[in-house]
Amino acid sequence: MIDGVIALYIFMLAAFTGYEVISRVPVILHTPLMSGSNFVHGIVLVGAMVALAAADTTLLRAIGFVGVVLAAGNAVGGYVVTERMLKMFVTAARKKGA
Amino acid sequence: MPSPSTIQTLTQLSYLIAAALFILGLKRMSSPVTAVSGVRWAGVGMVLATVVTIGFMGASPLNLGLVLAAIAIGGIVAWVSGKRVAMTDMPQMIALYNGMGGGAAAAIAAVELYTGTETNVVHLTMATIGGFIGAVSFSGSLIAFGKLQGLITKSVRFGGQKFVNLAILLICAALGFMMVSGTQSGAPIVSAFFGFALLLGIAMTLPIGGADMPVVISLYNALTGLAVAFEGFVLDNAAMIIAGTVVGSAGTLLTQLMAKAMNRSLSNVLFANFGETSSAGTAGVTGTQKAIEASDAGVMMAYSQKIIIVPGYGLAVAQAQHKVWEMAQLLIDHGVNVRFAIHPVAGRMPGHMNVLLAEAGVPYDLISDLDEINAEFDTADVALIIGANDVVNPDARSNKGSPIYGMPILNADKAKNVIVIKRGQGTGFSGIDNALFVLDQTRMLYGDAQAAVGQLIQAIKAAG
Repeated sequence: MIDGVIALYIFMLAAFTGYEVISRVPVILHTPLMSGSNFVHGIVLVGAMVALAAADTTLLRAIGFVGVVLAAGNAVGGYVVTERMLKMFVTAARKKGA
Repeated sequence: MPSPSTIQTLTQLSYLIAAALFILGLKRMSSPVTAVSGVRWAGVGMVLATVVTIGFMGASPLNLGLVLAAIAIGGIVAWVSGKRVAMTDMPQMIALYNGMGGGAAAAIAAVELYTGTETNVVHLTMATIGGFIGAVSFSGSLIAFGKLQGLITKSVRFGGQKFVNLAILLICAALGFMMVSGTQSGAPIVSAFFGFALLLGIAMTLPIGGADMPVVISLYNALTGLAVAFEGFVLDNAAMIIAGTVVGSAGTLLTQLMAKAMNRSLSNVLFANFGETSSAGTAGVTGTQKAIEASDAGVMMAYSQKIIIVPGYGLAVAQAQHKVWEMAQLLIDHGVNVRFAIHPVAGRMPGHMNVLLAEAGVPYDLISDLDEINAEFDTADVALIIGANDVVNPDARSNKGSPIYGMPILNADKAKNVIVIKRGQGTGFSGIDNALFVLDQTRMLYGDAQAAVGQLIQAIKAAG
């Protein structure tokens, strides 16, 4: 479905997008942002599930299982800590306004 | 069940929407006001992609059961640990979750390579490179976690270390070439390949000192993104390619910004074995540290016009952020102009101090970064250093022999008085003596940051 040059175009455009989106982030949000981007690459979960779904030997199932456990940890953990951190900024902003 | 082509289209559409939500989410995280909604948008994208994949991936009942069990285990453990972890321990948790992502990318590559049915050279190459990067990021992030958590306290360094690492890298390259070219393949080669890749991550990270961890975690974050993108190519998965690449490029930019803030190149952080030269470079620091009692320091601060507080890692360790804000509010009530000065690499991650101060409820307009605040130290009556060290060391400006020479610092030494809250007389994490601590106008307040600030609060209250 995605092949050769098309994949390279996707790669290039995504690389520029990442650069542009991040370059406007203030320093104070760097830690939550790193955490947020950490959550985003948790999409690896989708790939790990596909790999485990296609596994047909015990070895492959074991590796795939570990992969899905790790990927789910990345996605869920990344989301939880990012949301916790960002909520604090909202509280601080409100206190400033009050 | 819809037809295979319909399934394909629906799956790809859900990935497209997920990718758009990730980018929009990251964009919204660029402002404090919209930041929470940003991570939620990205979360919606993640749930959508996950649910659609589970529904349409056509797994056998056994494999489907394994998938659901694995998600439950990984998800629940991460959910509980993520909810429980203290804000001060955030850097190592991010390192840990990031390492898990890298490990997952490596596992995808391992499944592809062990299966051995893939013959497309481009796909094999992508799987191999992605697996390598993922494995390095996995073991490297675990070491970074261990160091920040205090499980690994020694930085292992020995002569010729760079050459050992280079040798491991070359072995990985050779094994990778064998797998891709098909000259030698099979399970033993694949196992050796991943074994050496994991070893390289460990060997690369062990010699790096704690002060450089922000840069290292950020680098591994970018690397995991790249690994995910490479595995996305292998699986024909556009969501993984886009999300992985966006994180890879964003993480690279962030890593560069951090290295720049320390006036060091990335290769310098990774290969210079920071700290080895410190014993030679600190001969210039002479003089003695002069102690002060909390009661005297409190009176001095209560009658000041302007105080600049410089927080560092010591504040995080002591969980002193709430006490510090309580003290600052007390001083503001006394009519003191209180400001917080944050160095870009204070703590163990960029913005680490901002997160802690935000947790305590300190308003943004009291918090300034290096460029904004540095001219103001000249007019400050007191610079209060709480658990910060290298980021206020004037040697970085003046002593060419110092290992941190050239790093931009906060000019705390320009203040009329400097009070340093510090646990003991020793050097900081990087092992470098600090010329600020022996200046004439500097007084040392020894003790745990939270306890010391508590004493200061009592003293300020007593001062009326």
